[in-house]
Amino acid sequence: MAYLSVLKGIFIEGNRYMYIVNGLSFSVGVTLLAALIGLTVGVLLAIMRLSHFCPFKNSEKYKNTNPLNLVALFYIDIIRGTPAVVQLMILANVVFVGNLRNTPIFVVAAMAFGLNSSAYVAEIIRAGIEGLDKGQTEASRALGMNYFLTMKEIIIPQAIKNILPALVSEFITLLKETSIVGFIGGVDLLRSANIITSQTYRGIEPLLAVGLIYLIMTSIFTKFMRKVEKGLKVSD
Amino acid sequence: MIKVVDLHKHFGDLEVLKGINKEIKKGDVVAVIGPSGSGKSTFLRCLNRLEEPTKGHVYIAGEDVMDKKIDLNRLREKVGMVFQHFNLFPHKTVLENLMLAPTKVKGMTSEEAKKKAMILLDKVGLKDKAEAYPNQLSGGQKQRIAIARALAMEPHLMLFDEPTSALDPEMVKEVLDVMRSLVDEGMTMVIVTHEMGFAKNVASRVFFMDQGTVLEDGEPAQIFNNPKHERTREFLEKVLNH
Repeated sequence: MAYLSVLKGIFIEGNRYMYIVNGLSFSVGVTLLAALIGLTVGVLLAIMRLSHFCPFKNSEKYKNTNPLNLVALFYIDIIRGTPAVVQLMILANVVFVGNLRNTPIFVVAAMAFGLNSSAYVAEIIRAGIEGLDKGQTEASRALGMNYFLTMKEIIIPQAIKNILPALVSEFITLLKETSIVGFIGGVDLLRSANIITSQTYRGIEPLLAVGLIYLIMTSIFTKFMRKVEKGLKVSD
Repeated sequence: MIKVVDLHKHFGDLEVLKGINKEIKKGDVVAVIGPSGSGKSTFLRCLNRLEEPTKGHVYIAGEDVMDKKIDLNRLREKVGMVFQHFNLFPHKTVLENLMLAPTKVKGMTSEEAKKKAMILLDKVGLKDKAEAYPNQLSGGQKQRIAIARALAMEPHLMLFDEPTSALDPEMVKEVLDVMRSLVDEGMTMVIVTHEMGFAKNVASRVFFMDQGTVLEDGEPAQIFNNPKHERTREFLEKVLNH
């Protein structure tokens, strides 16, 4: 009972729980916008990776070179080969300077996480499509269906089953990853715990509270993902 | 119906087809036999350009498949194909598998396509499976559905790529029976097969392929009873006497 009043002192007094509420909405907001950017750019990158665009047919050496694929691969390798926190800080301290200095941290963060996520999303989509049996495409084409009809009717509906669970898992990763946004001054869920600590000199409870909130959110999405997986299996 | 002129196919340095010249007439039922790696399947797949030939020409009903300007999709409508591994669309019901291409490519209304599909399902003896999904069917049933799906486009020509090779032995007959009924209707067919009995009794012509060429081309009786080439004799000896 005595401990309850301690907790009350930490979170309720001075409306300090509002730091957590605001931090939470910042984290969720950044995650949602980043997921949107990640999905959009990721689909574009996946299309580039899967394209058969070989413009140098006349050159013996480069006749099978697909520049779109190379550009996408270069981008994906850089993103996946460097830590997200480095990308975040480069974006904030190298790219968004000068005239762009007043861009809200929310936007900078969403862009950093979105661009980071897009590389992973692209590979998830590409693997989901390439993992399908080649016979599916062949059967469809042999029936006289063109490339786009084949994609729309045969490939994409089947690929989504492979892709969706991995995408939800990528979303969960993204949600957790936004906790590094404090490095560029964003006040997210984790930073809100630090603020409460600095006001109350209590280090443990705010951190545990934040950890619990992350766990609850990821559990919800994990449950959702398992449901989706199950639902997809039924129609298989 | 089909004219193949100097057909070559390379996979990198490997020369799979070494210049094939053949003519197949309307109503011909050609069984393509030969050892593994002799280029049988590649030859078949070049006919509707699922495989891109390296050199040469394939004319189907007078149109050059290799012509860069040709509408390949329109041409493929007329050339049905049946695969070794069926390649039914697993996310669609049997009925949807049969109706997809006629409605999306030929512009049939779904009532027409459904009517047509049910007639074909009846023909292959699987009318009761219309609402089933492919994974609920046996191998033999899947292949009969795959044949019906190809027929739904009303092709002038049917290509079969080892249609019974992936089947359990007791299911081979039901698929061959369906194919035999097509022969009776006068369908032009090219069949890559290891079913020597079928080639002998049902085909009107047999191609024996070896090392990328059609080594021998003749009536089944001649090929099986009196092969001209030593290589053909060796092959038949091996596959018939075991």
